[in-house]
Amino acid sequence: MVVGAVPRLLPGVVGFAEEICITLQAWSFGAATRLRFQTLTGNDPGMEFGPHLLLAVLEGAVGAAVLALTALGLSLVFGVMRVVNVAHGEFYMLGAVVAWFVASVIAGHPALGFVAALVIAPLAAAVVAMVADRLVLKPVAYDPEATIVGTIGILYILQQAALMWFGPEARPVEPPFNHRIALPWYDWAAGEWFYPWGLSTTSYKLFVIAAAVVILLAFWAVLTRSRIGLIMRATQLDRETALAFGIPVGRVYSLVFGLGAGLAALAAVLIVPIQQAHYLMGGDPLLLSFIVVIIGGLGSVRGTVVAALLIGMSDGIISVFLSPTLSKILATLLVALVLVFRPQGLFGTRAA
Amino acid sequence: MTQSFKTNRRTLIKGAAAGGVLAAAPLVSRFAQAQSSAPIRIGFQQHVTGIGAAYGRWYGRTTDAAVKKINDEGGINGRMIEIIAEDDGTDPKRGAEVVGKFASQHDCDVAFGTLFSHVVYGSAPAAGELKLPYFVVSEGHHVASGALNRYTMQPGITDVKSQVQAMAPYVAENLGKKVTMIFPDFAFGHDHRDYFTAAIEAQGGEVLEHIAIPPTETSFTKYFPKIPRETEVVYHVMVGPAVLTFVKEMGEFFGPSKPAIFGFIDSLEAVDMTSPGLEFLDGTYFWEGMPRYAQADQTEYDKAFRAAVGVDDNGASVSDPRDVSTYAHMFGCWETLHIIKAGMEASDYAGPQDRAKLIEAIEAMTELAESFEHPQGPKLFNGKTHQVFGVQYISKVENGKLVKVHTTSIEDTQYPDEADYTTMAF
Repeated sequence: MVVGAVPRLLPGVVGFAEEICITLQAWSFGAATRLRFQTLTGNDPGMEFGPHLLLAVLEGAVGAAVLALTALGLSLVFGVMRVVNVAHGEFYMLGAVVAWFVASVIAGHPALGFVAALVIAPLAAAVVAMVADRLVLKPVAYDPEATIVGTIGILYILQQAALMWFGPEARPVEPPFNHRIALPWYDWAAGEWFYPWGLSTTSYKLFVIAAAVVILLAFWAVLTRSRIGLIMRATQLDRETALAFGIPVGRVYSLVFGLGAGLAALAAVLIVPIQQAHYLMGGDPLLLSFIVVIIGGLGSVRGTVVAALLIGMSDGIISVFLSPTLSKILATLLVALVLVFRPQGLFGTRAA
Repeated sequence: MTQSFKTNRRTLIKGAAAGGVLAAAPLVSRFAQAQSSAPIRIGFQQHVTGIGAAYGRWYGRTTDAAVKKINDEGGINGRMIEIIAEDDGTDPKRGAEVVGKFASQHDCDVAFGTLFSHVVYGSAPAAGELKLPYFVVSEGHHVASGALNRYTMQPGITDVKSQVQAMAPYVAENLGKKVTMIFPDFAFGHDHRDYFTAAIEAQGGEVLEHIAIPPTETSFTKYFPKIPRETEVVYHVMVGPAVLTFVKEMGEFFGPSKPAIFGFIDSLEAVDMTSPGLEFLDGTYFWEGMPRYAQADQTEYDKAFRAAVGVDDNGASVSDPRDVSTYAHMFGCWETLHIIKAGMEASDYAGPQDRAKLIEAIEAMTELAESFEHPQGPKLFNGKTHQVFGVQYISKVENGKLVKVHTTSIEDTQYPDEADYTTMAF
């Protein structure tokens, strides 16, 4: 089934790749000159190489953390249901938008609104996803082609609904806490620690990384150690046999689709105090999640996490030192190579 | 009670036919009258969706307010204005299609309203081919540069070149001479890069580093280390939905040791100045096309304009204080519609056959006094380059509000003509 689905995915992936190329063509002109300048001078006109790299790694880690959660949702839905959820990015957007609503109605310390959003937004996205599963995916019997078209429809409905009710503005959510942390660096020549200009992160960004690690571990534990995880894995392995053993596959599908959307929404709640809620914010995460899931292997948790780290960190580091375009080009190239030489993904298993 | 009310094809057709007759009835009577009483149809190319949607929403509200005012005062040559709004998705290709629809499907007299410069670039050739007068409200330098055509004009808002040029003397005198520029990596940002770099050099300053950021970027901290340490002034202009992230992350990057910061309000258009994370902006400077906050020396025109559009003294919607307007730009729609009215009245515009006369009448305009029709300030229209020139404002952030500290002259914003559209054939 996996083998059958991947070639069907191909046109979509090629389309995405083309989209990237077209959007980024204009940016790429600067890349070559900047690259030459920086390798010739050996250092950056602003910050030294070491501190700059540390900053890039930290920024990349925040991106990778959120990406891992989002992509995991996409991977889970595909792994268990064999549904390519094109609306996944919109559930991410939904999470951010609901987080804004929750945070704006709850008065008092911003942490209260944030914690409430952390609970309510994923639940809300999960409920919407479950309803969508019942109304759209189930009636078409989870047919791979029909579900792609169906989820494209869900994508537009959610996006335009957000535009109508939430509006076109980017709206901020206040972080529960946010302290600027200046980071020290060791100067070998002078033999002492110092604080380079601009080398800093915020406590909230560190929290996002830590929270994502905790959520990923919890998710992994649920999937491998709990009864519901066992049921999901059984459904993933063989739908018919699972059904024969009395597993309510229909309900498992709804649950999984909701869980996938909830993960995306949770990632969005974490990022929304850094980036604002906006009705178009689902596009990038969807694209990157597809890249991650294809590289890591559809349906593989381990592959998804590894690929998210790879893509998130390379985006942070390459875009700092070379150009943002180049990092996107490399990611797309990697997708192409994986599809050609290892269509099941780095960690995917080739099912019969 | 057993009778069923099933809809079948026949009843549907009957219903549709009846509905069609009913819908067409007012049209019949309308066209039975003399043509002079038919409304003037203005195609409004609006960024309803896409990255320009926040601007599009306020351009829409301003347009509605201007049309209401003009119609309440008797319309244009006794005819009412009818706005036909079409969404261009903030997309150049769609923009050209929309202009085509205005000309061939909607029978519009003129088209107006485009903001984002790439959409103007994409749409203007269509307007030229279809001979449809096309009034943009974009700030882009493309009109005055001569790159477009005789049918495209920008009479209601000044262009980037004149804006940045007028900023350079103030920046060099009051903030510093070593500047690092951060701008979006497309036409609009390149206008900033080219014209400000030249203008600050003319003031004896220099730009140490140009940092171009892709317009769809969502995370910005990684770009800031490129700011050279000897930078005295950071000049920033950013557009799109991620502007608040950009400004916040800039504050977090600099921490307590920030250089002077000068920004174009585009970086925070439609964003609440009191948003969390923007506290560091206190004491920094912004260009404003029109001051968002009602100033101590507020003119009666600004007051009346705010009331007409529904904007409070903080530049937000009167019905929702969190719904912040694009105040530095949207006056352009108001002023452009008044120019169209003045041009149509001066040329005795009766219909599409008079489009060339309309353009000539507007090309003949020069001084436009500050008034309820032109609440942003006095202006000077250049008929040759199809571009208006006007005063610019510099505001300083004090306690989370923008307070006007400097008003440029019109002369500060002028530059030698780069084109003469009046020599082009219609």
